[in-house]
Amino acid sequence: MGKTLAEKIWSEHVVSSTAGEPDLLYIDLHLIHEVTSPQAFDGLRLANRKVRRPDLTIATEDHNVPTLNIDKPIADPVSKLQVDTLRKNCVEFGVRLHSLGDVDQGIVHVVGPQLGITQPGMTIVCGDSHTSTHGAFGALAFGIGTSEVEHVLATQTLPLLRPKTMAINVEGSLKAGVTSKDIILAVIAKIGTGGGQGYILEYRGSAIRELSMEARMTICNMSIEAGARAGLIAPDQTTFDYVKGKPHAPTGAEWDLAVAYWKTLTTDSDAKFDKEVNLNADELAPFVTWGTNPGQGLPLSASVPNPSDFANAEDRGAAERALEYMDLKPGTPLKSIKVDTVFLGSCTNGRIEDLRSAASIIKGKKIASSLRLLVVPGSARVRLQAESEGLDKVFLDAGAEWRSAGCSMCLGMNPDQLKPGERAASTSNRNFEGRQGKGGRTHLVSPLVAAATALKGTLASPADL
Amino acid sequence: MEKFIKHSGSALPLRRSNVDTDQIIPAVYLKRITKSGFEDGLFAAWRNDPSFVLNQPQFKNATILVAGPDFGTGSSREHAVWALQNYGFKVVLSSRFADIFRGNSQKMGLLTVILTQDEIENIWQTIEKSADTQITVDLESKTVSYDGKTLTFTIDDYTRWRLMEGLDDIGLTFTKIDEVSKFEEKRASFKPKTLPIL
Repeated sequence: MGKTLAEKIWSEHVVSSTAGEPDLLYIDLHLIHEVTSPQAFDGLRLANRKVRRPDLTIATEDHNVPTLNIDKPIADPVSKLQVDTLRKNCVEFGVRLHSLGDVDQGIVHVVGPQLGITQPGMTIVCGDSHTSTHGAFGALAFGIGTSEVEHVLATQTLPLLRPKTMAINVEGSLKAGVTSKDIILAVIAKIGTGGGQGYILEYRGSAIRELSMEARMTICNMSIEAGARAGLIAPDQTTFDYVKGKPHAPTGAEWDLAVAYWKTLTTDSDAKFDKEVNLNADELAPFVTWGTNPGQGLPLSASVPNPSDFANAEDRGAAERALEYMDLKPGTPLKSIKVDTVFLGSCTNGRIEDLRSAASIIKGKKIASSLRLLVVPGSARVRLQAESEGLDKVFLDAGAEWRSAGCSMCLGMNPDQLKPGERAASTSNRNFEGRQGKGGRTHLVSPLVAAATALKGTLASPADL
Repeated sequence: MEKFIKHSGSALPLRRSNVDTDQIIPAVYLKRITKSGFEDGLFAAWRNDPSFVLNQPQFKNATILVAGPDFGTGSSREHAVWALQNYGFKVVLSSRFADIFRGNSQKMGLLTVILTQDEIENIWQTIEKSADTQITVDLESKTVSYDGKTLTFTIDDYTRWRLMEGLDDIGLTFTKIDEVSKFEEKRASFKPKTLPIL
């Protein structure tokens, strides 16, 4: 029997395998940031260990850094200490670091692909659950905890039990105004936040193949929101074209060798997935979440559900709690919900295509006077690219705020936070209680819906303008 | 890591599903650079509510958390495990755990035990009626006992052995480090390196 893509990459990275034990897997790339690494470096120091492969390791500052006044010292002393600790650790252990102000600084999952160090067939880890983003290149990429960060720093390997595989088949074509964000929100609503637990997801089908690399990254990014540690897409010409010419992409004869190998990275026709889920892209519409987990989503044209409509007692309880937290009444049309803040950014939707698509809706118009629009590019290079295209002016002229790169309001670790009771339409990945600031309420949306919402003041798609 | 063989203690019922790691420890607490002192951030937002179960005096000394399904979803922050341990929890019982949270727990010696939702419901009812019910979680016999009942659970043998011996994964991997070196010799030349900076 053939192998799935995930199984191929897995077996090519097994250093050692013993029956009844986890496989010891080699890690091709380890991405680091300030929040989940300090205790891991401490562990190395305590045990008098070194970083085994600094040349397969790279760090950037993203989670807690400010997006305003980045030329000044970080005002929050606790954030500053954490960033300073990363800087010291990277010097001490010889790890490449892109600090605030550096042209390659940005969200770790935006930086990897743009440097060309994210390539097909690799194993990639980071102390961040959205590492699944890199799966868009046909890499096996997943988030790890700090103990595992220390393990990879010390040994460049990880002991792991082999997950099962699940195919997410998305056939058909997306209608205008429907994006890859809507695909993944629909997938999560369908299989639930626990549906992918224990699985690696492979996104397949004509609708996936038609997507750009950046759109594919948005899908793989949110695999963890369906409970799956990793999600991937078989590499194809779109992938090769994207990687080619990037700073760390292979060149000359090495490029040919690499592409010949990458072309083998597909699921064999006789391979069997442990589970398959089908979705019809033709039927998809812009999606929005109404609750406090990413599985609580519906098409924008729907209304807030009634908890009593849920057959399962757990879902009913969760819906009741969510509606109370979100201050929503059953039956309210989603399009009538007023928002106070629109956040455009994050490792899910903070890349140049996301900014372009939002700008295309906003150009020449003004945002609703009742709200603020925060635009946070995913990396310093995305910001520079956008500025070279004049997108910053489009946003600023519309009344938006144009910020420097970082995770920003996606997780509210830096000063960019919602106030208690404030409601946001956000292109990020999590609508958990308090995620974007204590007491804040989040509706997850695509960049197109974010832009239309910013103009209208209520949740809207471009078609509603 | 401390060995885990058997633990007895009282338990706290957390009747909520999909408790994500942002609820277990909100992001504002993640700026610290140590592994200790996170107990003040545990379920921080919910603890503002006096009726929240962690604020109820009868559950003050609980060392076993009995959680709803899909516990630990979302962010990979190991701080969630540290916060639970710093607060005093030794075991979490649930019908479903998120993969990364479970992995992190097993690295730190916080035992995560999977029971059926019916079994969890029965434990909830028992401890809600009588908060001082002693629950014994025995990793050697793979059982949870309380109130005259004994439930069995499964856990892979390797993880069980590692937890019972209190073994650190890094030390175990160093026993295979020659195999890692051999693997490295065979890696394809086109695989990218982060150094030198290009």
